[in-house]
Amino acid sequence: MTDRTLDKAELTAPRPEQSTPSFDFAYWWDRVGILVVLIALVVLMATIAPNFASIDNLFNIARSIAINAILAAGLTFVILTAGIDLSVGSTLAVSGVVAVLAAIGGLPAPVAVLLGVLAGAAAGLVNGLLTAYLSLAAFIVTLGSMTYLRGLAYTMTDGQPVVDNMLGFRDIGNGYFAGIPVPVVVMAVVYVAAWFVLERTRYGRHVYAVGGNAEAARLAGINVKRVITSVYVIAGACAGLAGVIFAARVVSAQPTAGTSYELDAIAAVVLGGTSLMGGRGRIIGTLIGSVILGVLSTGLILMNVPFFTQLLIKGGVIIFAVAVDSLKQRPLRLGRRTGGAAPAH
Amino acid sequence: MTSDDVLLRLEGVTKRFGATLALNRVDFDLRAGEVHALVGENGAGKSTLMKILAGNEQRDAGRILVDGQDVEIRSPNEAARHGIAIIHQELNTVPTMTVAENLALGQEPRNWHGALDRRGMVRAARAKLARIAADIDPRRTLGTLSVGMQQMVEIARAVSEDARILVLDEPTAALSRAEAAQLYRLVGEMRRGGAGLVYITHRMEEVWQLADRITVFRDGAHIGTRRRDEVHPDDVVRMMVGRPVEDLYRHDRQRPGDTVLDVENLAGPGVGPVTFRVRAGEVVCLAGLIGSGRTEAARLVFGADRATAGTVRVRGRVVNARTPREGIRAGLAMVPESRKDQALFLPHSVEHNIAISSLDRLSSAGVLQRRRIRQEVTARMDRLRLRRSALRLPVRSLSGGNQQKAALARWLMREPDVLILDEPTRGVDIGAKREIYELVNELTERGKAVLVVSSDLPEAIGISDRILVMRAGRIVQELDSRLASEEDVMFHATGAARRNQGETHD
Repeated sequence: MTDRTLDKAELTAPRPEQSTPSFDFAYWWDRVGILVVLIALVVLMATIAPNFASIDNLFNIARSIAINAILAAGLTFVILTAGIDLSVGSTLAVSGVVAVLAAIGGLPAPVAVLLGVLAGAAAGLVNGLLTAYLSLAAFIVTLGSMTYLRGLAYTMTDGQPVVDNMLGFRDIGNGYFAGIPVPVVVMAVVYVAAWFVLERTRYGRHVYAVGGNAEAARLAGINVKRVITSVYVIAGACAGLAGVIFAARVVSAQPTAGTSYELDAIAAVVLGGTSLMGGRGRIIGTLIGSVILGVLSTGLILMNVPFFTQLLIKGGVIIFAVAVDSLKQRPLRLGRRTGGAAPAH
Repeated sequence: MTSDDVLLRLEGVTKRFGATLALNRVDFDLRAGEVHALVGENGAGKSTLMKILAGNEQRDAGRILVDGQDVEIRSPNEAARHGIAIIHQELNTVPTMTVAENLALGQEPRNWHGALDRRGMVRAARAKLARIAADIDPRRTLGTLSVGMQQMVEIARAVSEDARILVLDEPTAALSRAEAAQLYRLVGEMRRGGAGLVYITHRMEEVWQLADRITVFRDGAHIGTRRRDEVHPDDVVRMMVGRPVEDLYRHDRQRPGDTVLDVENLAGPGVGPVTFRVRAGEVVCLAGLIGSGRTEAARLVFGADRATAGTVRVRGRVVNARTPREGIRAGLAMVPESRKDQALFLPHSVEHNIAISSLDRLSSAGVLQRRRIRQEVTARMDRLRLRRSALRLPVRSLSGGNQQKAALARWLMREPDVLILDEPTRGVDIGAKREIYELVNELTERGKAVLVVSSDLPEAIGISDRILVMRAGRIVQELDSRLASEEDVMFHATGAARRNQGETHD
């Protein structure tokens, strides 16, 4: 049969039910939707909030979002595997305490900083091992560690802030590098690294695979437990880094540091389009999500919106963004969940 | 045809998804007391039609008439009101609830003070189950029943809603023979009772056993409707694929080489001990009823589950894989039973899905070599005739056949010594089936060993060299595929008169 190859080509041609429509809202929302929201927000703020667009203020915003953005970067890894980490706020406190106490104890600043980050990674390792190897629910494990780590921070400081005006690594919180606040530089480095790992390495593919379908990942030869453990270590290390920055900014060890920060971080990740079901999302989305939250907070403060009202608005924005994201998942259909042509990884 | 016995008529129904026509001015009618088979390859438009009848999708143009009256079906509830019941391929029941609770779902009976009337619920459930002659205790938890039994419950639910128009979507896909036979009886009874049944299936034997009329869809269009007694199976297949089909099962026998896979006294939950070998260039099929231990045995070999005893050797080296990872490293590969649950990452791109198991080879110091990945993946896609433009599409957007090809392509990337295929063509259209068989031939030509698990008996016989029939976790008979008939396989699989444990329950 001479025309057989042609027939085969037909058979593999696009199937009617599944091709991309001429304008695919889901596709474009996934690519630029959240960015459009950010730009609209910035324009709005620049118009109505006094001094919003000044360089000083933009730096302030950037500095203030750095901590949440770094927490959210680590959390993105966890959420991509369909996990959750509620302990990052408490980890932040412990790491800050460890770094400050180490510095007061006479260790050189870089060592103190490293110890702070390692303390965070260790806390993450415990979360990861419990979640992966004992198959405990991440929500419960990290709810527990959120509590005990907070207890640890209080215990190590006797419940009092430990101030060290000579803190060797205070520049990490307050200094400038090439005219840019150091926390912002650290944040940029974290995001470039996270982007590279997720998009360009084998490990990154494994993270997406585990979140997309854990059993398929296992049968494809991926060491699922190791991947799950590792993402909590990453989240812990990021929280550790954030803790060091926090301590440096306030030049002290604060046992109450980072209380409820995990919620802002989760909000940033979800706002950035990462699915809580795992396997879908981008690190750049998380960055934009963090910036939106930061811009919103700062702008509302500049506009003298009362704190209570700020909370109302922030909560509303989060729910709105997630609702739009969810609507794009199931266009015009009730019940069964069959996603549109969202971009794939 | 008189119009008064026509239960359902579709005229010029059109449905568009974006730029493509899923249904193109389709006509269809269903009479009282008939089974109307609806056949076509994946993507032909059968499921779109079903969704429209179920009220899950709205047509863009055309008419739907029930009993000669124009109707709108805007929701599943409206479908039910018009007497339309849909029995989906996947179960829409709650496994943790009892059979009776499932049957009463959404219409739980109340007693005089408004509380749940449990006794009444069980009584109603008994009646519903009796109507379809299903011998199931309504107090049992649904999840403890076999899949076949669960499907009976699903049907009992649909039938009890005074349904006169039943749409069954590949109802026997997950059923054993005995269970399928029971379903066929039920279909016969409902037809005698005056209901009209639309029967969507891939299986030609079923069409010939059940249908009064056959309608073929292809690429969203109605190709033709024939009475079963006026048409030959080959004609129907030709209508489906749009070209003549030579013998579907082609197996080029190789002269078997050395033993590649050597399994000795392998045992695990529900299996064993089993001992068998697969030689280079050989296709060996594990056959048997559902629950006979075929899939379980294959999974033990690969390392998907852990064996409790026994030895697995690949090319003479002891493997005894405890995880899939170890199995893969030793030269084993397995395409699991359910591609959606066990093989594919549905939202991820085709490229990602195909490359995922070969990234160790295609990265340096953990960094992906993206150009090489793309080259190697496209090479495998070309070989399996997957269009290149699918590379970056989510694998979920492919048809079942193309998804299965993607799952296969993943292992072609690794050149395994032993390829295990568990139900390689379930829910796959004929074109893709043929390509999968061709691939198996190609692999054996190159000296690979292939182990197939299949419930599709013509396939099991047609593409293998030897068949190992399993029953109750053991291999009870080895058959030469050239000499074996479907009856031979069934005879050994069922242990002649004895019924399979998985289907009967005391």
